[in-house]
Amino acid sequence: MEAKIALAGNPNSGKTTLFNELTGARQHVGNYPGVTVEKKEGSYVHDGYNIHIVDLPGTYSLTAYSLEEVVARDFLVNEKPEAVIDIIDSSNLERNLYLAIQFLEMGIPLCIALNMTDVAEKRGIKINGEKLSTLLGVPVVPTIARTGEGKNDLINAAVKIVQKKRKQSNLEISYGDDLDRTLFEMEEEIRANEFLTDTYQTRWIALKYLENDKQILLKGQESNPSLSAKLEKMVKKVSQHLERTLNTYPEAMIADQRYGYIKSIIKQGVIQQQHDQNRLYTSDKIDQIVTNRFLGPIIMLAILMGLYHFTFTYSEIPVGWLENFFGWLGDVASTHLADGLLKSLLISGIIDGVGGVLGFVPLIMFMFFGIAMLEDSGYLARVAFMLDRIFRLFGLHGSSVMAFIVSGGIAGGCAVPGVMATRTLKSPRERLATLLTVPFMNCGAKLPVFALLIAAFFSKNEAIMMLIITLIAWLGALLVAKLLRITVIKGKSAPFVMELPPYRFPTFKGLAIHTWERTWQYIKKAGTVILGISIILWAMMTFPGLPDSKVQEFEYQREAAKAAAGITIVRESEEVGEETGLSKEVPDLKNRLKVIDLKEAEEGLRNSIAGRLGIALEGISKWAGFDWRTNIALVGGFAAKEVVISALGTAYSLGEVDPEESDSLSEILAKTPGWSPLAALSLIIFTIFYAPCFVTVVMIVRESGSWKWGAFSMAFNTTLAFVLAALVFQIGSAIGILGG
Amino acid sequence: MGKIMMRKMKDNQSGIISAVKVGGELGRRIRDMGLVPGTAIKVQGRAPLYDPVALRVMGFTLTLRNDEAGHIEVEVE
Repeated sequence: MEAKIALAGNPNSGKTTLFNELTGARQHVGNYPGVTVEKKEGSYVHDGYNIHIVDLPGTYSLTAYSLEEVVARDFLVNEKPEAVIDIIDSSNLERNLYLAIQFLEMGIPLCIALNMTDVAEKRGIKINGEKLSTLLGVPVVPTIARTGEGKNDLINAAVKIVQKKRKQSNLEISYGDDLDRTLFEMEEEIRANEFLTDTYQTRWIALKYLENDKQILLKGQESNPSLSAKLEKMVKKVSQHLERTLNTYPEAMIADQRYGYIKSIIKQGVIQQQHDQNRLYTSDKIDQIVTNRFLGPIIMLAILMGLYHFTFTYSEIPVGWLENFFGWLGDVASTHLADGLLKSLLISGIIDGVGGVLGFVPLIMFMFFGIAMLEDSGYLARVAFMLDRIFRLFGLHGSSVMAFIVSGGIAGGCAVPGVMATRTLKSPRERLATLLTVPFMNCGAKLPVFALLIAAFFSKNEAIMMLIITLIAWLGALLVAKLLRITVIKGKSAPFVMELPPYRFPTFKGLAIHTWERTWQYIKKAGTVILGISIILWAMMTFPGLPDSKVQEFEYQREAAKAAAGITIVRESEEVGEETGLSKEVPDLKNRLKVIDLKEAEEGLRNSIAGRLGIALEGISKWAGFDWRTNIALVGGFAAKEVVISALGTAYSLGEVDPEESDSLSEILAKTPGWSPLAALSLIIFTIFYAPCFVTVVMIVRESGSWKWGAFSMAFNTTLAFVLAALVFQIGSAIGILGG
Repeated sequence: MGKIMMRKMKDNQSGIISAVKVGGELGRRIRDMGLVPGTAIKVQGRAPLYDPVALRVMGFTLTLRNDEAGHIEVEVE
């Protein structure tokens, strides 16, 4: 038999741990339709029942203010799970019951899991589950999610609810004479007109009208405008009355009465407390040090640096394996395939493109493992607490810091996991502003570009230049965030009312599932889109090929070089593997032929779509001091910022340049007329700010839930970068610094 | 004894909430977390930059910005 059960509860109540304990690896992560809220589903077989379990987003309440709460509410109303398990943190009963009460008011078939009874006991809190069960009229089962204790009893209780198919009677709390009277009148109107009653319960609709619930008001106005107006008028009347007599409003009154109801239940011997409620536990003692005015920031810096070090040092090894594997694959393809377009597409387009994406995978796994550890242990909430004051100045949130650090706030991160890390942010505007500005950080792929330019033009002040570049990136990101928050993403900042959960040791199962989920999402989404885009970029840098006359010309040059060397030398040079006994003219000829090949590659690139684009852009880009070669490199940098260097290499007839060893390129740049320290600085500025690489763009689209923001980040960032670079170059030229 | 706004409270000072003078989303968030008239609270400390403030309420720790605490009136001892 089939049954659908939903898990609900406050954040940090152990809901996800219980979900993992029940479903293990049999779970599936997706999104609720149309929104970026995660939907976790899994299955559990119990006593002949194949139970489909849905993990609802963790919420404190069921208002229409947050996406998570609307999603949870809609799911309960539309999908009608046969039973809902509300996971309650036993050491925190009073606040957790607030959500339970709201479920009961909706008439939802509920079963309560009194979770973390072990923690509660250690704190001297004893809960009389049977008493609570009688008072609320729903089954109450004690559990310890971390060990799985009580999970069978819990499922048994839930299955019993499913079998009985008994309709849960609505809990009716008294909200004081004034509101009760109005509620009663509103209920009569609603019942008489069958107003929204096919989806919602009568009293609940009236209650939501009193609470001024945006979603229900909107639905009401759509289905029956005149009745909705009538109800709104009734609400207005009672609101005015309450304001006059008690200086309060219905919404506040309802919340107060709900808590009053909870207090009255708890007072009937449900809870036995040995100690004072505000006594300090180990977790609070840790906090006294960890969030201390002086030690706190130092410890935070050490922990973040540690996470960083862990991720980038240890992921290097598997990243190296993957790079070697794709290098080997490229070699195999290059020896076994005939020269031509197919080979070029396979190697430069597909293998390099997909390899580039999969190369990130170990990095992402390590990063998310680290973040999951900080998140599950409760430390991330402390970081947000400590840094909120600074980030709020720029219209961001304390929790934004993680995404910035991961993206390269300390030079050398990656914006891809950075954008994904914005998920820990619950407030939508702050989250959007964060994920649009993290790409300004100096990721590991921009570093070789800076290293090249610094080596060529600022070799005396390398460390200072790196520091300046990092500071420019931070300043730019924060100011842009502020700009966005007062223009395109304007709106009041979400309230910072955040729980600091007690410190907990993360469970390994939880960490592993968490890490794997996010890694797999990255592979799936990025893998498909990126393959397509790398092929497009390859085509742009390949087509149209050189015209036949040009190809002929290079062929003549080769022939001429060979003719000049003489037939014997040519034969000798074509015999591979014989190193000894060669004439001294052979290396000479080989060099000359190589120079011709590289010239041909340069000409080919210049003639390609990307090259023509580069030349066409020269008219504008000269304002920032970029010629067509730089333009091509920057277009290529959209694929991955490292490509800037290899593309510059091709454009300067150096062939493929290894980003790690770009000495020869930096020497050439230093000597090339048109390049100057000022032009280099301008290019550095441009590189910091221009369009994120396309993997990041794909992630921005995914995380923001709209193509619009991906397109915005490309257009806006590039425009901003160009304006800044042109300003630097023009002002610098005018006052004559760093020139020549 | 006297009524003051929560943002004026000193570290380790306790009291009982007497009014929450804000509606809308912020008011709702505050009330959802149990900050309603009659609830006992204690200021546990403040972030390194003196904002946000950390409270002890019903056995858990809650943080909110000083601006937000400015809407909550507390009867202090």
